[in-house]
Amino acid sequence: MHEFIEAFRFIAHNGAVSGYPGLPSLTHLALETLKVGAIGVAISVVLAVPLGVWLGHIHRGSFLAINIGNVGRALPSLVVLAIGDAFLGLGLTVVELALVILAVPPIVTNAYLAIDGVDRDLVDAARGMGMSGLEILTRVELPLAVPLIFAGVRTGALFVISTTTISALAGFSGSLGDVIANETSYHFSGVLGAAICVAALALAVDGALTLLQRALTPRGLRKAQAEGPSVLAPDVATA
Amino acid sequence: MALAPLAAAGPVIPNYAAQSSSCEIHNRFFCAGWVSHNWGPVLWPALREHVLLALVAVAIGFVISMALALAAHRYAWLERPMILVTTILYTIPALALFELLAAPVGLNVFSAEIALVSYTLLILVRNILAGLRAVPAEVLDAAEGSGMSRRQTLLRVELPLALPAIIAGLRIAIVTIIALATIVYVVYDRGLGVPIHTALGEGPFKTELIVAGALAIGLALVADGLLVLAQRLLMPWARAS
Repeated sequence: MHEFIEAFRFIAHNGAVSGYPGLPSLTHLALETLKVGAIGVAISVVLAVPLGVWLGHIHRGSFLAINIGNVGRALPSLVVLAIGDAFLGLGLTVVELALVILAVPPIVTNAYLAIDGVDRDLVDAARGMGMSGLEILTRVELPLAVPLIFAGVRTGALFVISTTTISALAGFSGSLGDVIANETSYHFSGVLGAAICVAALALAVDGALTLLQRALTPRGLRKAQAEGPSVLAPDVATA
Repeated sequence: MALAPLAAAGPVIPNYAAQSSSCEIHNRFFCAGWVSHNWGPVLWPALREHVLLALVAVAIGFVISMALALAAHRYAWLERPMILVTTILYTIPALALFELLAAPVGLNVFSAEIALVSYTLLILVRNILAGLRAVPAEVLDAAEGSGMSRRQTLLRVELPLALPAIIAGLRIAIVTIIALATIVYVVYDRGLGVPIHTALGEGPFKTELIVAGALAIGLALVADGLLVLAQRLLMPWARAS
């Protein structure tokens, strides 16, 4: 347990290591991680939610929407980052590209399943009341689908934080992963301290997104909403 | 103590700059010669280790998850705390979890497997529970009416009907774990992460990255396909639909 005490001391000193005055502080690295991750999540949401929602609305492309999620899961983050590094050089752009490649699939799949799975009777009732396609989408399908769409965004955000830290292993500097990949300067106590910070950051981000999800979910649905990150089994969800 | 030393699994440490082939010296897109030289000493052992790491993790994870899910199926109050704990484990980024385990457990196979198993739990528990919950009440009534005990109902009715959901969970788990096992090398230098790590340290050396990466992705797809096949064999009654 000595190592954990040392690790917490490292956190309490905000990442200062005696003998290495030039190292960035933990707060700075945590904020960098959040910044890199937030850009990745934002781009992924902008690309993936409309695509998934549209496919779900027209009830087409289930093969694409579901299988993109399965293929995405099979891509190891380190491989995506390393290949980006080998062919394009590992700058912020390539890291963001890797983050988007990994985060888009679960968001598309969830958005598709969320909209596609809205009770057909409700949609028929809305149509009977004279709503147009767009009105059905925005006033019936989207509010009902919020919890499940958000579950996908949370999964995407988890992948993004995890991958941002892994990007340090491929040589990208600018996240808490820098400490984990640099044991020579930080010693094991620093590595462990950074690992604790990464875990805390991931849980905090997930908690914050859960609160946002609650706030956006229509009041009548709050009790029945999806809890936890999505690990939807496609075969079950569509059965 | 945290990062594994830069050593390949086999006796041949690939060093493209020192080798004579011009393809390797220029770090071209793909050097078939390097692959055939290093398949035996580096790539094949790494692939075998990777399969073993993933299979052991999913097998242990499945046994634990089945026990947890059956407990939650019987005692409903267990479900919330169980999902909460497994969600927290699932949320912790892999790199951090490996290092967190390395402190109490050490740099060995146990750190690697404990972390991998912990990622299977949420996926498997949820799917097994979802499968058991989806069994129609009429079917359960019929089982009870025909005099089945609780245990018989579980083994002969509920579990067979939950099989599609269980296998769907296994598919997600194995594919996820095969991808995650590429960073096991930070605590235990086995698996396809080792050649990837070596290649990154050498330039990066493209051929090795592409081959090791393709092996990891291919392995995941093959494992997924095998489970689909297993599902067809285990459930001949579902093939008609």
